[in-house]
Amino acid sequence: MASTSSFGEALDRLRGTRVWKSIFRRGPALTNRTRSLAVFGNLFLHFLPVKVREQSLRVRASYYLGSISFLLFVILTITGILLMFYYHPAVPQAYRDMKDLRFVVSNGVFLRNLHRLAAQLMVLLVFWHMFHVFYRGGYKPPHEFNWVVGVVLLIVTLFLSYTGYLLPWDQLAFWAITVGTNIISAMPWIGKNVRFVSLGGNLVGENALLRFYVLHCVVLPLIAIVLIAIHFWRVQKDGGLTVREEDGGQGK
Amino acid sequence: MSDPQKPAASHLGASGTPNAGATRREFLSEAAAGALGIAGLGSMVVTYQFLSPNVLFEPPTTFRAGSPDLYALNSVTFLQDQLVYIVRTDRGFFAVSAVCTHLGCITQWKPELDEIACPCHGSKFTQDGTKIEGPAPRPLPHFSISLTADGELQVDKLNIVNPRDVLKV
Repeated sequence: MASTSSFGEALDRLRGTRVWKSIFRRGPALTNRTRSLAVFGNLFLHFLPVKVREQSLRVRASYYLGSISFLLFVILTITGILLMFYYHPAVPQAYRDMKDLRFVVSNGVFLRNLHRLAAQLMVLLVFWHMFHVFYRGGYKPPHEFNWVVGVVLLIVTLFLSYTGYLLPWDQLAFWAITVGTNIISAMPWIGKNVRFVSLGGNLVGENALLRFYVLHCVVLPLIAIVLIAIHFWRVQKDGGLTVREEDGGQGK
Repeated sequence: MSDPQKPAASHLGASGTPNAGATRREFLSEAAAGALGIAGLGSMVVTYQFLSPNVLFEPPTTFRAGSPDLYALNSVTFLQDQLVYIVRTDRGFFAVSAVCTHLGCITQWKPELDEIACPCHGSKFTQDGTKIEGPAPRPLPHFSISLTADGELQVDKLNIVNPRDVLKV
């Protein structure tokens, strides 16, 4: 007891310091007003709703599929950045780096498998999320725009998955990208040019590996972050989740 | 931005070309929007050009396949580095691509079945590249094959020829 009270005292003293007050300008959030202000005034919280209906927090309202997809995106970002410290997007070093990560680097196999499994799970979950929202009628007004943002996010997720597939530079990667980019070249009129530009050549080679790496690590994650922010923000602006009566809500 | 003329200018911008009654502000904002549009379009074009490589470090498309004596009569030889079959029949020599016309997988010659088979999606071809079955949309192309001055076979993979053309040695 003595330790907790002294910990509480220390916390109180910390809250009284000038540094703390300069970061968190408001006092303790004890009333609805100060709680709302705390959410409004925080960059990371301000696009979340200040108030949610209890029924939209029930598991059956959403199964938290979108939140879990976002959690997986965070895991993928962290593990991906760590993997980048050992990975050279060059031929044939990429394959050796992948092998090193599996057999030489401490905890490398853990991080690599976490990245792979989280990626596969994320594809599964965003599809599940989409079906869930679709069958709830979550695409109906006023949610149409957020539905479209979600569809684009699904495509971005698939492109992230596809570009990451090439990076181990093994047989599976090579042939998957060969087949996939030949599908691209079947597009009418522009197919051959799109394939040439996305591979940076006629074959799946060094240029293709570097291009897919840049797309996978920079371009697509940036697009995803912007769209996720819009997606979350619009959930709040469009009046929260679509909740049905059989989930314990009054329907909406 | 708080200028009261701003709504009028944006209304005119939506209607299209500046008319004779355009104010200076309207004219300037349309000219600026047009310049930005042209600059945006231009930067898309130059970015596309930038992303299309002018020099490629890919293997040469013309190669020597050795002396004709290396190939037995009525044989199909797979050249792994070039992804080409050199076929010698009693009519002569021809070179068939080993890359499936469906989605670019490498086919394999099956001598016991007398056919070329693709492992990816099950397309099958005869030894002259004619499709037997499977999703492949086109027969395997024939590449031009010739003799060099010193008597070796030479194949040019950029030059696709009629399947009836064979090299008689």
